[in-house]
Amino acid sequence: MRMLPVLTRLAWRYLWRNHRRTIIMVSAISIGVWAMIFMTALSRGMVDQMIEDGVSALPGHVQVHNKQFLDDPSVSNRILISDAELSRTFDSADFKAWASRVKVPAVISSEYESRGVTLLGIDPVAERAFGYLSYDEVEGRFLEGVDDNSIVIGRKLADKLETNVGKRVVLMSQDPENEIADRGFRVVGLFNSDVPGYEDGNVFVGKKAAQKMLRIGDTTTELVFLGDSYRNVEPTYDRVVASIDGTLDVKRWYEVATYLGSLLKVMDGFVMIWMIVIFLALSFGLVNTLVMAVFERVREIGLMLALGMKPSHILGQIIIESMLLLSVGLAIGNVLSWATIQPLRGGIDISIVAQGMEMMGAASVLYPRLYVSDMILANVIVLSLGFLASLSPAWRASRYEPVEAITKVG
Amino acid sequence: MAAVRCVDLCKTYRQGDQDIKALDHVSIEIEPGGFVCLSAPSGGGKTTLLNAIGGLDMPDSGEVWVADRRIDQLSKGALAELRLSSIGFVFQAYNLIPVLTARENIEFVMQVQGVPAAERAKKSMAILEEVGLKGLEDRRPAEMSGGQQQRVAVARAIVSRPALVLADEPTANLDSKTSDELMTLFTELNEHHNTTFVIATHDQRVMGYAKRLIRMLDGRIVDDIEQHAA
Repeated sequence: MRMLPVLTRLAWRYLWRNHRRTIIMVSAISIGVWAMIFMTALSRGMVDQMIEDGVSALPGHVQVHNKQFLDDPSVSNRILISDAELSRTFDSADFKAWASRVKVPAVISSEYESRGVTLLGIDPVAERAFGYLSYDEVEGRFLEGVDDNSIVIGRKLADKLETNVGKRVVLMSQDPENEIADRGFRVVGLFNSDVPGYEDGNVFVGKKAAQKMLRIGDTTTELVFLGDSYRNVEPTYDRVVASIDGTLDVKRWYEVATYLGSLLKVMDGFVMIWMIVIFLALSFGLVNTLVMAVFERVREIGLMLALGMKPSHILGQIIIESMLLLSVGLAIGNVLSWATIQPLRGGIDISIVAQGMEMMGAASVLYPRLYVSDMILANVIVLSLGFLASLSPAWRASRYEPVEAITKVG
Repeated sequence: MAAVRCVDLCKTYRQGDQDIKALDHVSIEIEPGGFVCLSAPSGGGKTTLLNAIGGLDMPDSGEVWVADRRIDQLSKGALAELRLSSIGFVFQAYNLIPVLTARENIEFVMQVQGVPAAERAKKSMAILEEVGLKGLEDRRPAEMSGGQQQRVAVARAIVSRPALVLADEPTANLDSKTSDELMTLFTELNEHHNTTFVIATHDQRVMGYAKRLIRMLDGRIVDDIEQHAA
């Protein structure tokens, strides 16, 4: 540690001895770091949006079901706890938002067509916080309460059923006794959704109307809870688990939607690979710079060894030189990426390629997401791999014999 | 106890197909406070002997003792420690670290030794004045003449008051006036601080300052004479 100041000073001075080479290398590192962080922010934005849309379409960060429900989503496998009791348990528990709903497969029929859908009997007031639908943007109107006997369906489904606002449709499902349960509803609203499959796969009715149609009293099939973020569901999960008995099945969103959960993991892996690939490209320049820096001062290294510097000091000096070079590049790259991403937080219009993006489940506006953790990861990767890359030239420099190095010609 | 003792040193270099005997059974003993010139034509073995004494080069056989310590069997780290603590070096050229100023070059060895900053500053300024470079402390080597650079190198070699100073052709790149000034400085240090000097040279004027002159030829000592300094 005693040698650190002198080694750092030497490293810094040597770095700027050939300032043109250093500037070129710093520029390359800065651009590489910028590319790492910027591309990661774009990818994160796209995947976050896909996951958030997917999670909001579920919806809910934590879900509770009867243990058989996910295998057989029928009312026979409902939660046998009354609405009143659920309210007593969760209303005072200070969740960000929670709701109970009836969610079963059903068939919807117009006078022309029939389709299989998911029937959602909901409390529109409690569900508003989940944000999967913008009630105000519904053509016609959205449900007004748990007693609402109307139905809201997606625009695409309405087109397929050749129905519209004001017309009647029939919903059909099964009651707990496996008897046909059906009822006519008047379409009062049509919703749009960016999430593929959502518009033509879900229909909304008042919770009580669904309970009455399915003859399940005041019970439901699904409880949903909202946490602060889809990335941080553990606190909510723990509180839900602590609030209910063990006969029910409590799941995090990524356990329900395993595709979305694996997408998040794939994204984390992609980010890591992306950063490493960029660094590998950079490392050639870095190693070349260090090798040249060592080669052009062999005699000076010999002199330092002759004066009493230990080989480990030479090794340290070259590594510090590499770390300084990388640190300057990282600082500029971090600032550059932040300055580039900030103005784009309002979204980047990618409608020109939107059709292709929609196939991947993404929307036509991309919102870059800059996470501190991604910036830290980029910095750690650059510094740690840079350290490894600089070991070879540093080792080589430290192995010089002083007398041979001093007398080296050229 | 001798300041330097070499016993039966041999060192052979391979140059193309030829074996060159740089040291051929060389034995010398230099007392503390000695002022010795090693004189030889080019390739005569004087630099090899100097490097062996300084632990920069290992002999093929024989023993090298500095003070009471045998150094030809020490590790690289231990040799570095010895050079740092006990030996001052002045080389013919490429003597200074180009990215450091005159004062930083002088302080370099002390900094590696772990001398506190205030003491380093005090000593470096004093030695700069002693070698006549006061006012040039913030200049880098490229901004100084050859003579000034050599004086900085001398200042660095002696600032820690090593018991032994090894100088290889210290006046080779200097004019006669600067050479005389440098040798006068060496003589004063030798007399006032009892520093042992071993200087490899083929400069007759430098030899004139030596108390003892060792002549070498083809790696062998051919003459070893005490003389009165100029």
